[in-house]
Amino acid sequence: MNVNQSIPPVPPFGQPQPVYPGYHQSSYSGQSGSTAPAIPYGAYNGPVPGYQQTLPQGISRAPPSSGAPPASTAQAACGQVAYGQFGQGDVQNGPSSTVQMQRLPGSQPFGSPLAPVGSQPAVLQPYGPPPTSAQVTAQLAGMQISGAVAPAPPSSGLGYGPPTSLASASGSFPNSGLYGSYPQGQASPVSQAQGHPRIQTPQRSAPSQASSFTPPASGGPRLPSMTGPLLPGQGFGGPSVSQPNHVSSPPPQALPPGTQITGPLGPPPPMHSPQQPGYQPQQNGSFGSTRGPQPNYGSPYPAAPTFGSQPGPPQPLPPKRLDPDAIPSPIQVIEDDRNNRGTEPFVTGVRGQVPPLVTTNFLVKDQGNASPRYIRCTSYNIPCTSDMAKQAQVPLAAVIKPLARLPPDEASPYVVDHGESGPLRCNRCKAYMCPFMQFIEGGRRFQCCFCSCINDVPPQYFQHLDHTGKRVDAYDRPELSLGSYEFLATVDYCKNNKFPSPPAFIFMIDVSYNAIRTGLVRLLCEELKSLLDFLPREGGAEESAIRVGFVTYNKVLHFYNVKSSLAQPQMMVVSDVADMFVPLLDGFLVNVNESRAVITSLLDQIPEMFADTRETETVFVPVIQAGMEALKAAECAGKLFLFHTSLPIAEAPGKLKNRDDRKLINTDKEKTLFQPQTGAYQTLAKECVAQGCCIDLFLFPNQYVDVATLSVVPQLTGGSVYKYACFQVENDQERFLSDLRRDVQKVVGFDAVMRVRTSTGIRAVDFFGAFYMSNTTDVELAGLDGDKTVTVEFKHDDRLNEESGALLQCALLYTSCAGQRRLRIHNLALNCCTQLADLYRNCETDTLINYMAKFAYRGVLNSPVKAVRDTLITQCAQILACYRKNCASPSSAGQLILPECMKLLPVYLNCVLKSDVLQPGAEVTTDDRAYVRQLVTSMDVAETNVFFYPRLLPLTKSPIESTTEPPAVRASEERLSNGDMYLLENGLNLFLWVGASVQQGVVQSLFSVSSFSQITSGLSVLPVLDNPLSKKVRGLIDSLRAQRSRYMKLIVVKQEDKLEMLFKHFLVEDKSLSGGASYVDFLCHMHKEIRQLLS
Amino acid sequence: MATYLEFIQQNEEQDGVRFSWNVWPSSRLEATRMVVPLACLLTPLKERPDLPPVQYEPVLCSRPTCKAVLNPLCQVDYRTKLWACNFCFQRNQFPPAYGGISEVNQPAELMPQFSTIEYMIQRGAQSPLIFLYVVDTCLEEDDLQALKESLQMSLSLLPPDALVGLITFGRMVQVHELSCEGISKSYVFRGTKDLTAKQIQDMLGLTKPAMPMQQARPAQPQEHPFVSSRFLQPVHKIDMNLTDLLGELQRDPWPVTQGKRPLRSTGVALSIAVGLLEGTFPNTGARIMLFTGGPPTQGPGMVVGDELKIPIRSWHDIEKDNARFMKKATKHYEMLASRTAANGHCIDIYACALDQTGLLEMKCCANLTGGYMVMGDSFNTSLFKQTFQRIFTKDFNGDFRMAFGATLDVKTSRELKIAGAIGPCVSLNVKGPCVSENELGVGGTSQWKICGLDPTSTLGIYFEVVNQHNAPIPQGGRGAIQFVTHYQHSSTQRRIRVTTIARNWADAQTQLRHIEAAFDQEAAAVLMARLGVFRAESEEGPDVLRWLDRQLIRLCQKFGQYNKEDSASFRLSDSFSLYPQFMFHLRRSPFLQVFNNSPDESSYYRHHFARQDLTQSLIMIQPILYSYSFHGPPEPVLLDSSSILADRILLMDTFFQIVIYLGETIAQWRKAGYQDMPEYENFKHLLQAPLDDAQEILQARFPMPRYINTEHGGSQARFLLSKVNPSQTHNNLYAWGQETGAPILTDDVSLQVFMDHLKKLAVSSAC
Repeated sequence: MNVNQSIPPVPPFGQPQPVYPGYHQSSYSGQSGSTAPAIPYGAYNGPVPGYQQTLPQGISRAPPSSGAPPASTAQAACGQVAYGQFGQGDVQNGPSSTVQMQRLPGSQPFGSPLAPVGSQPAVLQPYGPPPTSAQVTAQLAGMQISGAVAPAPPSSGLGYGPPTSLASASGSFPNSGLYGSYPQGQASPVSQAQGHPRIQTPQRSAPSQASSFTPPASGGPRLPSMTGPLLPGQGFGGPSVSQPNHVSSPPPQALPPGTQITGPLGPPPPMHSPQQPGYQPQQNGSFGSTRGPQPNYGSPYPAAPTFGSQPGPPQPLPPKRLDPDAIPSPIQVIEDDRNNRGTEPFVTGVRGQVPPLVTTNFLVKDQGNASPRYIRCTSYNIPCTSDMAKQAQVPLAAVIKPLARLPPDEASPYVVDHGESGPLRCNRCKAYMCPFMQFIEGGRRFQCCFCSCINDVPPQYFQHLDHTGKRVDAYDRPELSLGSYEFLATVDYCKNNKFPSPPAFIFMIDVSYNAIRTGLVRLLCEELKSLLDFLPREGGAEESAIRVGFVTYNKVLHFYNVKSSLAQPQMMVVSDVADMFVPLLDGFLVNVNESRAVITSLLDQIPEMFADTRETETVFVPVIQAGMEALKAAECAGKLFLFHTSLPIAEAPGKLKNRDDRKLINTDKEKTLFQPQTGAYQTLAKECVAQGCCIDLFLFPNQYVDVATLSVVPQLTGGSVYKYACFQVENDQERFLSDLRRDVQKVVGFDAVMRVRTSTGIRAVDFFGAFYMSNTTDVELAGLDGDKTVTVEFKHDDRLNEESGALLQCALLYTSCAGQRRLRIHNLALNCCTQLADLYRNCETDTLINYMAKFAYRGVLNSPVKAVRDTLITQCAQILACYRKNCASPSSAGQLILPECMKLLPVYLNCVLKSDVLQPGAEVTTDDRAYVRQLVTSMDVAETNVFFYPRLLPLTKSPIESTTEPPAVRASEERLSNGDMYLLENGLNLFLWVGASVQQGVVQSLFSVSSFSQITSGLSVLPVLDNPLSKKVRGLIDSLRAQRSRYMKLIVVKQEDKLEMLFKHFLVEDKSLSGGASYVDFLCHMHKEIRQLLS
Repeated sequence: MATYLEFIQQNEEQDGVRFSWNVWPSSRLEATRMVVPLACLLTPLKERPDLPPVQYEPVLCSRPTCKAVLNPLCQVDYRTKLWACNFCFQRNQFPPAYGGISEVNQPAELMPQFSTIEYMIQRGAQSPLIFLYVVDTCLEEDDLQALKESLQMSLSLLPPDALVGLITFGRMVQVHELSCEGISKSYVFRGTKDLTAKQIQDMLGLTKPAMPMQQARPAQPQEHPFVSSRFLQPVHKIDMNLTDLLGELQRDPWPVTQGKRPLRSTGVALSIAVGLLEGTFPNTGARIMLFTGGPPTQGPGMVVGDELKIPIRSWHDIEKDNARFMKKATKHYEMLASRTAANGHCIDIYACALDQTGLLEMKCCANLTGGYMVMGDSFNTSLFKQTFQRIFTKDFNGDFRMAFGATLDVKTSRELKIAGAIGPCVSLNVKGPCVSENELGVGGTSQWKICGLDPTSTLGIYFEVVNQHNAPIPQGGRGAIQFVTHYQHSSTQRRIRVTTIARNWADAQTQLRHIEAAFDQEAAAVLMARLGVFRAESEEGPDVLRWLDRQLIRLCQKFGQYNKEDSASFRLSDSFSLYPQFMFHLRRSPFLQVFNNSPDESSYYRHHFARQDLTQSLIMIQPILYSYSFHGPPEPVLLDSSSILADRILLMDTFFQIVIYLGETIAQWRKAGYQDMPEYENFKHLLQAPLDDAQEILQARFPMPRYINTEHGGSQARFLLSKVNPSQTHNNLYAWGQETGAPILTDDVSLQVFMDHLKKLAVSSAC
């Protein structure tokens, strides 16, 4: 602390800090006092009614805070430094330079000299313990906010003077800068400069922290940045500036913040605007919206109401004034992380390291912990006690993708063969041998790192230890040196004690009238002919071991005998759907190459045979049953590909009726829309899982098909659901075929069981994903592919040890696509902490959101949607409040202080809250909601990230020659320029938005039409034109598609067109038609919630 | 008409009828005292090459309850063009077409030689014959191969426009769709689940959405072939297709683990076959031909579980009430059989396996519908192959020797009533004035349905004389019986064959001689045997034997000539002389003795006994034995152990088996190879002679008998030894003193003992 303080930069900090408090106060007080609802930024709400009321408080607080702040900030700075982000900022500020220096070297040296894992934490702790921990965190929080702002800085600085500068983006930047420089901050220009640097640094935080610690001085600088966020409070003052520019204006206020608070009382708005220019940036950073605020402040708090639930609708407007550029920007965070962490490989040797964000491209080097591609945690530092955990309310969860695909330059896990004896395991807890196991007694025994049981080392596994107590062969054995590896399973790990036969794929094709009419069947059969050559195969195998079978069905089932010895396929009709069975054994499942002629003949004939069918009714459950029975009869696991068109209304088990009822939305019965209609589906799924039968369902509905019910079986068996509403060959062919190819070709593990073992002290208690559980510990997956993710939640059942940390071992037993039985092991070591600040410093918001979304999406099955949303908001508020209370520097309650790692939590959470499942718009069908609900359940972090916060890429901003993706912009209509075009993608949808005043030349070169008005709205394919722009855009689209596991169909949307509504739905920072709050409003709401909790 | 024998023979040739009594006792009381009931063996479709059908329809008595057909016994008034029905005495006008008749211009049906006449009916739609193959695929490879070849061969024998269908079964049941090009298509059913006819038709897509009545009517004729076309197709259209399909038939692919029987869903397969025809071609001649290679082991109609360690039920089990599945299975098949019969279809069972195949349970399917039952060891035997081929033999007109959907209507003159029938028929439950309340066989009706019949199908029909003793029939009065058989000829025409016979009445008290002389002991033996076998189906074996014995004793008492209590004085007239011997062999026959026979064998034997004509039936009761030797031409010899001599070759025909037995010396000679030496060519001829004769029998017999060539001491000699009268046994071997014949190691009584005992009882006044 002291050090920090001593550092020159400190002073500035001190200033900024005060600002923060003021900020908060104003906003908070205002909000809290005036309208509870005014959740949004304290700042916002504050401004209006709150302001007035609070003002006094604010004022009072402000001063003290400001006074105190310096110290705190200093400390905070340290913390920040640790984060790294600030580091840079600091450097710039002044102290920063030193900091940077130190960090860089520090971090590097650390890695090498010190035990990579331990060292850092250790370092940190020293710092933290005495004074910092809380402070640091606080700072961090501040940092974050500021960080977000940071990008904008330059403008802000500029803006400062002229509020309008817009620098909005930049404005935010300055804020951060301001913070760092706070003192300086006042001098707008300076702040800007700083802002930038900071941004860069922050991402490095993790490594840098360690280093930073050493140089306390650096901490100082960071602090400032921390404070930055505080400034926002000032922002309020800032708000005075009516325009966006205000953002910039707030900074000046920063100093006055205290005053600002007071300001609100009376004339603040005007006051601020003029005075505060310097401050403004700061304010922006935190509150963003400041502009209008002042007046608003004075007036009612109306802002609050914006949040749907909150009170005054009128208020919203004012709060919105918060400058959007001033609030934490996902784009900025992503960009920063990319810049900071995308360049160096992520080496997993160190315990408790927070990996780069999912949006960052980075290389992973496995040095003993599982790659973040396999496991990501909400926090890499776990509270030692359950009390702490409860206090923080941060869910402890890991998002595990056991079979994740790796980029080509990362090696897939080594396969270890221990022969007859099988993998070595702890006798007590059955954990598998891993790098964390301690060998003792000269290598004759080992102590289990999970349960501490001491086991004998079998003679054939014995090896001497070196002087460090490490086995001499540690680096020769993947299971002793790597985080992820595979064991060959012995026969003991197989069903019925028999090695499995190679799995099978069964294609089950709906041939009812609808399927024929849309051309689906013909298309599918044609595609299958070639697709069958690309069945997944193992390693370098020449041909796939997978056998295939075919079934068609309408209200009866047709099985096909495609035995290679036959001249023609044989069809066997089973019409006894009430009591399904498999009519043939031999010849149903065949090797593709051997039976190629027969299969081709079959696929040629299927469309012909049913060409004039008039059967419109279909069955569903019997189809799956048939597939499962077939696999059972063949004694193998496998996957069913089901191509289905309509609600199964034919008389058969699992018959459904149309129960879609939009009137149920927002009632207590809404949950029934997500629940399956009958229990038959669950029962069936259970049987499927027992057989290792995974179902991938392709739906082609024209109307309601009850996805909620139909998806039960795919969901519980680890399968996927694809939905192509109103399928038309011309329009949807590419999407369907692309999905199909991908789905068929992807590597799958079958008949899998996953178990997560943990150190004593925590325990996996809850699981989310596409699987089935028959007991509380084993995740059973009939099939598991590289896209499927299981989210596991942990709870304490005892104390954890800070020294030994917390270990996770995820063991997946599965049958490979060649029929080999294997165990894949992922190990991950996490740190444990006794200080909450450590927890908050090592969180990952993306993972957190992944967990929360899954939690909420499961919640809608049992609770009213509103209750689910409230739970989410409450939990989030508690998390942030806990931080505010325990980690942030003491400051006015009116300040919104967010932990650096979680500064995006509000915006992302808001996206979750307004997603179709939790807040459906009028155009969203029940099927869509159910579909999305089950999709999200098995999404990984990257997918949820982009799904909830879509990427919006401007197309003409960057030079045409540049080959990289253009930098994204925030998902808000304000960000759209009508002279530009944008691509928007969320992993499922892809829009090309064309501004009304796009240059004609651009229109010509992209669409080959002469004017905007001639562009066909809803176009799904761009013409192939030979010009750089067209090539680039199409190339970009292709590359976006390649990044996602599902093909995104392109929709061209013209500005002011009908389709634009659809597009706008994805601009998630804006208020949505269905009542979803805008980002700004939500932030205010959140702030208010937090304040309530704090008071 | 010199003798009764000739009379009987002529009647049989002309009308296919043999009565137990050819002069009828004129009162009920006397009739009952005759012991052997008044009954006849009727062969409705007896081949009459000399009897071309007339191309018009019969003239019926106009009395609604009578409807007898105009016949030679009717009194005709040529002037008024009236005729009097000889059954109800109704006077009827001739139809206009008969306007030109006169005493010299009589229609055929009035001529005495046309006591049997066949009418051909022109109206009504002709529907093709239908053959539905129901094939077991749980067979050994070579068995299945042989069966496939037989089936493929049979396609060439079918009339080109006949419809064929194919159902295969094993663990599942597959109904093959024959109309499709390219992909062969079949509907598959679980073998464990019984389905109602409605369900089956639904699942096969045979039910059409209900149409308004007025539309449905006219559409029907065309719709029929359309609806069914997927499963039943004209041979000429799809024989290539079906040949391929049969060729591709594979063994049931489901694995059969060690110690298990394959799962065979015979019950469901049959049920589906029945349901399919029921839904598509009710009341049209159709054959369901079931080929099975083992017992049904699952689902409805299962006869035994799939555990090999639990053997299939034996008579012993049945007596102990230890046959778990029997009752249920029997019920299932009976239900199927009665449905089939109601639809006018018939079910053949071709069961070829070394073990039992459940014929006991399934017998009703063949018995009630007039289908064939064939039992063999393997489909890869000439027994099966030739038997199967013989089904498709043609008569002198080039028509198949099969007819379908027949109804037999019996009319009697007032003094008689109908007591019942025994044969491959079911009752149509037509009550009428001439139906007796006392049932013998299937009674309580005057009409029966015979779904499948051939020229040798023979029914035993039993009558009761109801004329009261105090209402004598005028001297010279004659009783008349008319048999009217409507049937679908194999050429798909509907035909009616009418046989009208009359016999004299005689007062048993005064004219017993006449009656006695007119006794047809062969027919009587067969008719009594049928009654006995019929009873044996439902009663305990010993009870039936006791009943038979009592009947025999009573008959002997009634017609024997003896002094009371002096068995040595007992004599029977010529017309009765053979009867006790028939009874002796009947008692020993597999129809009544189940010892040493499996329940399936018993069912099989009884099935054939109940449908073969008199000659064949007699062979079954008392096998024929021929002896070949150097001493003279082949001669029939006593079916007695004394006929088994070392220097003879014996040829025994039991209907089911043809046994050639080489005496000890002959066997040694043959072993020494004398037949190959030119100087012993006569020996070669001797060896060859019985073979040729056997071949002749084999050629004509349906089903093909088991052909056994054995010799003295051979294990198969048991077939002979078990049949011959054990006149020499280990008990009395030395008493006979001579080395003639071969001793039979049995405790069974010999004919001699039997006769002695019979005489004793007959002359005793005790009973």
